Amino acid sequence: MPVATHLPDAEALCAALADAMRPHVDPARAALVGIHTGGVWVAARLHAALGLKIPPGSIDVSFYRDDFSQRGLHANAKTSQIPFDVEGAHIVIVDDVLHTGRTIRAAMNELFDYGRPARIDLAVLTDRGGRELPIAPTFSPHSLSLPAAQILALERADDGRLSFRLIEK
Amino acid sequence: MSAFGKQPNPQLNSHGELQHLLTIEGLPREMLLRILDTAAPFSEVAEREVKKVPLLRGKSVFNLFFENSTRTRTTFEIAAKRLSADVINLNISTSSANKGETLLDTADNLAAMQADMFVVRHASSGAPHLLAQHLAATGRDHIHVVNAGDGRHAHPTQGLLDMYTIRHYKTDFSQLTVAIVGDVLHSRVARSQIHALTTLGVPEVRVIAPKTLLPTGIERLGVRVFNDMREGLRGVDVVMMLRLQNERMQGALLPSTQEYFKSYGLTPEKLSLAKPDAIVMHPGPMNRGVEIDSAVADGGQAVILPQVTFGIAVRMAVMAMLAGN
Repeated sequence: MPVATHLPDAEALCAALADAMRPHVDPARAALVGIHTGGVWVAARLHAALGLKIPPGSIDVSFYRDDFSQRGLHANAKTSQIPFDVEGAHIVIVDDVLHTGRTIRAAMNELFDYGRPARIDLAVLTDRGGRELPIAPTFSPHSLSLPAAQILALERADDGRLSFRLIEK
Repeated sequence: MSAFGKQPNPQLNSHGELQHLLTIEGLPREMLLRILDTAAPFSEVAEREVKKVPLLRGKSVFNLFFENSTRTRTTFEIAAKRLSADVINLNISTSSANKGETLLDTADNLAAMQADMFVVRHASSGAPHLLAQHLAATGRDHIHVVNAGDGRHAHPTQGLLDMYTIRHYKTDFSQLTVAIVGDVLHSRVARSQIHALTTLGVPEVRVIAPKTLLPTGIERLGVRVFNDMREGLRGVDVVMMLRLQNERMQGALLPSTQEYFKSYGLTPEKLSLAKPDAIVMHPGPMNRGVEIDSAVADGGQAVILPQVTFGIAVRMAVMAMLAGN
């Protein structure tokens, strides 16, 4: 099995993503929502880097996944926390890797159960292709192509450093 | 149990996942913890603008209540509706004679209407088990069964919501002394609580009751028995009161409810013997002035209403886990 030796540098991508977003987000009005688990880490970085006023939310899409009838309820579902009023908000959904787009659909469905946002954008560290839904990122500083059998996962070390790892399914 | 073949636990499918919830007895600790962990994110759903998640969209949940219960039926109904299921409530009053037949006939009819889940409350111990067995024997084990209380046997979702409540306030099961007080003899709740507490590693589970309201051999479940309430409450972290089940009493098990209150009613004075931060629980509905004094029921240590709220999240977790397995 060929192993990709040049995985993107997650730390550099966090900085690049913040740079890409800075001209387009109003620090007083934009609200981040990170998708568990990697997206929550990235959202925390972006929140600090962009100096946003509204505390970041986190979302676990386990209750909105479209594969529930095949795969059942995910173990270790986390509590979604949206600490701001979604009604009329400018929300940026944050995830580590954009793949099929199904997670993003589930996240948007979940957000609408909290209210009607004025606008939703999507920020990801990398776009690995393989889309199965008509979903595109608003901000994505990197892209790569990976076979479907590989999972690109974001990991966080004890010191907080983020890095990518490739997992064979 | 022959219909379940070689499966060691009729509640688990061949992958070891929860297929039905019939009793807490025999479920591994990891399974109980997984249910409690899963309930936590469901409790947040009630805080949203839209108090619903789409997990059971298009599924039909039948509440089969062969015995009256407004509260339990309502919380199961709310839980199923917050999972987006279609809920059909059937309150079926039974004659004492042909309960088993009525249950299975009813279930067969509802299965023919494409039921996905049965929530069963029945006066006969073992009725939900019989139903699960029947579904397996007739090749319809894709239909899930949740025991909402059967006779004196078990009330597993009550036991689980009680554990959720204890964990919410006390965090760690391994340091606790818990007292279960009252009519243990007639209580399916007590049995589920005892199995859950011992499985989760609570080092000391006490049972406090008059001898006439204790089943023989209760010590074998791993509990310490006290007939004196004051002695039994000393230093406990959690007081779990039971409802005095007058409707199930046959013969003279008690002198009078006033007499019972004097010896086994939870008053502020008796509660003061427990730890100062002890919590007081009750599965409801309460008999005020019989097993619990209003000053305690409405006091600062009571967590009786949070129990009701947590019960919805726990039932959502159970139904979602079953439906996904």
